[in-house]
Amino acid sequence: MLKLENISKTYNHRHEPLTVFDRISYEMLDGDFISIVGPSGSGKSTLLLMLGGMMSPSSGKVVIDGESIYDLPPNQRAEFRRQKIGFVFQTFNLVPYLSALENVQMPLFLAGLSEIEQKERATSVLERLGLGARLAHKPSELSVGQQQRVALARMLANDPTVVLADEPTGSLDPETSAQVMDFFEEINQEGRTVVIVTHDPSVARRAGKMLRLGDCKAPYDEQAPVWASVV
Amino acid sequence: MRLRKLVWKELFERKNQVVTGLLAILLGVTVIVAMRNITFYSEKAVAQELDALGANILVLPKSVTLQNYYSADIQGQEFPEEYVSRLANSNIQGVDNLSPKLAIPVQIDDRKFTLTGILPKSEFQAKSLWQGAGIFSRPTGCGTVANIPGLTPKDPKETLVRKRVIDTLNENEILVGADVAGALGVKANDNLSLLGKSFSVAAVLPQTGTVDDSRIFAHLHTVQQLSGKGKVLSVIEIVGCCDQISKGLVSKINHLLPETKVVTIGQIVDTQIKTNQMMSSLSLVFIAIIVLVGGAGIANYMYANVRERRREIGTLIALGAGSGFVLRMFLYKAILLGLVGGISGYLLGTLLALLLGPRIAGIAVLPMPTLIIWALMISVIIAVSASYFPARSAARLDPCTTLQEI
Repeated sequence: MLKLENISKTYNHRHEPLTVFDRISYEMLDGDFISIVGPSGSGKSTLLLMLGGMMSPSSGKVVIDGESIYDLPPNQRAEFRRQKIGFVFQTFNLVPYLSALENVQMPLFLAGLSEIEQKERATSVLERLGLGARLAHKPSELSVGQQQRVALARMLANDPTVVLADEPTGSLDPETSAQVMDFFEEINQEGRTVVIVTHDPSVARRAGKMLRLGDCKAPYDEQAPVWASVV
Repeated sequence: MRLRKLVWKELFERKNQVVTGLLAILLGVTVIVAMRNITFYSEKAVAQELDALGANILVLPKSVTLQNYYSADIQGQEFPEEYVSRLANSNIQGVDNLSPKLAIPVQIDDRKFTLTGILPKSEFQAKSLWQGAGIFSRPTGCGTVANIPGLTPKDPKETLVRKRVIDTLNENEILVGADVAGALGVKANDNLSLLGKSFSVAAVLPQTGTVDDSRIFAHLHTVQQLSGKGKVLSVIEIVGCCDQISKGLVSKINHLLPETKVVTIGQIVDTQIKTNQMMSSLSLVFIAIIVLVGGAGIANYMYANVRERRREIGTLIALGAGSGFVLRMFLYKAILLGLVGGISGYLLGTLLALLLGPRIAGIAVLPMPTLIIWALMISVIIAVSASYFPARSAARLDPCTTLQEI
């Protein structure tokens, strides 16, 4: 279970406080497939990073499987990310000087697996994504769709229970985009919680739940919450 | 995947930048190694050249005045030869060569010369009292007499000019100064009569430009016999190791032989000490500058590398890398750069020293394998310390900022 408890997030922007979230709470169940939508600057990516243990809230708690992740020291939080969370980025963020296989090996290496284990597991995940023939290719030698599949393989390598994707189809053509969404559905059916940030309504609709973020700069108002959930 | 592989792959990905970063440390180490190498052999050569100027310590009778170093021994005053035994059997460190002498005036064909009695080194070894004890039981040449290729004297007899001692001299042999030989028209193997005794000319000494050119050297005991003064000396010339002179060699000799006057050839010794000190100081100044410049170059490269890899660092952190891993990744790279820079800097520096040593300093230079340890230590320390702050800034990067920059 993934819980946001009374979360607030305030930035300092040119010496002026800028409130993105103000005392919000929400609960995601294991196996949920949730899309987060909203206008630019509404805090979609901020929310995703907070869920991933990469950005601490100004107040409140993020609880994953009963563990308040921001109460953990930084190194234990990194360990937590390695074990439970898989990230997918819009621009894939593959390491340019590593091959597809080595990119997928990275989270396994960080988790302390031996080189042989890393190679076996990375090869198997890449084969699952249809990239068995592209193991030695560097990102620059792959198409955009293939690069995103390498990024998906890297996310899946550590067998995460929570998958967080920031605009995963933002750089893809409609056909590849559909394939990527099929993959997210597939891993969701395996029991993983999937949270996707997207601008694309067709992508958002494929999720079981949709969270719409409003104008977060507006003051908190019980009657008109900036935070809504739609099933 | 392993840390080493990750770092190597990144290095090869950005070869041009690595070369630029490496260049700072490589050039630094090259200059340090070349300088140290040339300085080492230059110090040896300077020491040898200064040594060739002659003895740098004189033991004279107490009442002698010191107007001229070269004629200080011809003032007609003497002290017992036994002082040589005292000196030779002492534990004083830093006496490279020891030459007891007795000088007496002689006249040949209305010309006045100085007949100087010298004791060949073989005599020291022959005396059982002096064997296995005292100064000659220790290795000679504590820094002033280096064996440098191309600078070794050819004729053993000529060592008298250079080292103030010769190995052997028979009792009926003489060595003739260049001016004496010219004036009398004598050459090697000629016979010459002095104070009623016939001598064979063993060698004519090369021109020195000193009063030695108008001297005739014979065996000390022969001269003592001819002078009728018994076992006395007018001077003991000592080639002292300049390092030991600065550590109080003169006062030690003075303490051992209180009835004598012990003086240094101040100018020679001072020059020797000052030259060595200047070379050491200059090396240190250069090393300090090079360390700063090399360190700044590496730090600059590392900061640029961290800036360029912000997204990659953010991604690694998102994948579960801790700050310790990021720090290790950059410091490991610094160590690799240091090792590569150190080894290549040593090779290049040695090559430079071999090529430039003879041209610039006019000395033959040989490779110094011990310098590789210094080269590696200096380059790794520079690389790691210059990279520490960039590496720490990478480890402290906020992954959110780096990922949101995309």
